[in-house]
Amino acid sequence: MQNDVIMAGFGGQGILLIGKMLAYTGMQEGLEVSWMPSYGPEMRGGTANCTVVISDRPVGSPVIQSPRAVVAMNLPSLDKFEPMVRKDGLLLINSSLINRSSNRDDIRILLVPANDIAMELKNPRSGNIVALGAYIGSSHAVPIDAVERVVRETFASKPQVIDSNIAALLRGFELGETAVA
Amino acid sequence: MAKKLMKGSEAIGEAAVQAGCKLFYGYPITPQNEIPEYMSHRLPQVGGTFVQAESEVSASNMLYGAAGSGERVMTSSSSPGISLMAEAISYMAGSELPAVIVNIMRAGPGLGGILPGQADYFQATKGGGHGDYHLLVLAPWSVQEAADLVQDGFDLADHYRNPVMILGDGLIGQMMEPVEFHQDRKPIKEPKEKTWAATGYDGSRPRAIINSLFLDPATLEKHNHKLQAKYAEMVRDEIRYKTYGTEKKYDLLIVAYGTVARVCSTAMEDLEAEEVRTAMIRPVSLYPFPYAAVRAAADKADAVLVVELSAGQMIEDVQLALQGTKPIHFHGRMGGMLASPEEVMEKVREIKSGKSQEVCHV
Repeated sequence: MQNDVIMAGFGGQGILLIGKMLAYTGMQEGLEVSWMPSYGPEMRGGTANCTVVISDRPVGSPVIQSPRAVVAMNLPSLDKFEPMVRKDGLLLINSSLINRSSNRDDIRILLVPANDIAMELKNPRSGNIVALGAYIGSSHAVPIDAVERVVRETFASKPQVIDSNIAALLRGFELGETAVA
Repeated sequence: MAKKLMKGSEAIGEAAVQAGCKLFYGYPITPQNEIPEYMSHRLPQVGGTFVQAESEVSASNMLYGAAGSGERVMTSSSSPGISLMAEAISYMAGSELPAVIVNIMRAGPGLGGILPGQADYFQATKGGGHGDYHLLVLAPWSVQEAADLVQDGFDLADHYRNPVMILGDGLIGQMMEPVEFHQDRKPIKEPKEKTWAATGYDGSRPRAIINSLFLDPATLEKHNHKLQAKYAEMVRDEIRYKTYGTEKKYDLLIVAYGTVARVCSTAMEDLEAEEVRTAMIRPVSLYPFPYAAVRAAADKADAVLVVELSAGQMIEDVQLALQGTKPIHFHGRMGGMLASPEEVMEKVREIKSGKSQEVCHV
């Protein structure tokens, strides 16, 4: 059983961080994982993406051409990665910043207003965590309580943001779960 | 010790520190900047020294000097930087100095690009610098293996008094994977006293002189024979490779090294569903190259496919191994483009259906 996802957005959205948190959680759960960032020539403030593979067997290719899931946090990311999603795969669209959906009818599409939810929770920077939660909810790549532990660990040095990030994670998770049901 | 999620570059740095590396000289270049970055803060914690030199030429000559002291020393760079180091590397081989040199390859030639490549195979295994010398070249396919090979590399460098190269690509440098360092790791070679090291003269032993200049031709030839005897010993004792699926029946043998072999392993799994029977051999030591093992694995196959991120370099060693006994096919990407599992599968299907042209024998 393998889960793989390309997470993409613009620099500063915390894309690489949620990818690392996902990989780290997988490792804590005893699974095989890899995390591969894009490191091509990019402008400051340009796009950033990473590929995370979580598997119960040693990870083969750490670079995935047709991922089982894509998390698109801005429009350029959606434009770039939408055609690559594997048939029956998942496309998660940050509908707060992207005002279009996808025309593909061979994949599951999940609209998540990540930034709006983050604003509601009074932690505008937690949009990435909402998206992470939604991905976990719809893929169950790792158990949500394990991610919750990793969120606490990740923000241990900023205790004032832990609760709002946990709330963001769980709101995203619920959205992800209902979309699958 | 528990597993840690680490970038390949950082794992290489930590592995060196745990192997007792005390001195690092380097100059920044993508995609391996995290190695010097890591060493710059980690080495002072263990009483070591990190120096950012003004160029790779300078860094490699600092390495040469420091290696003469007998301390465990390392440098790292990426393709264009390694070219600049070629002179000092030849001097180190000629002076019989141990050192670990990490090349996180990027696409070339020239300044090329910053994305992964494997086009430094010839440079690493067939020379690079001038003269009859070899580096012991080890190629990891995962972050864990990169860490393990760096530690082994220090033992091997000391044992043979010869530079060891860890040959990775941009993926190894940049990706994060779980890695575990074993606290009770035993050296893979019995540590020898470094009586040759230039540590200061106190009259109690002959002067230690680090030198690669022998103006008398007979003396230089004798020195060369001594070096060649060491390379023969490496060929006898240090060949490393891994095989995948060779215990079963297969029609096609894939030969690939480094992260490209990971891509091929994914392709092999997917081909299994199509009932296409493949196996793989992955050379881990590129010098010495596992000629006999490649030949033995190919004997059971109808054809061989070599996959590289180059125009085809290792394929020449595969041709040497097979001596024309099996048709050889090639799939390569260049410029920083990666080979995908889908491409490898397509190439395998073409070979099966007779649509792929075999590589011409010389």
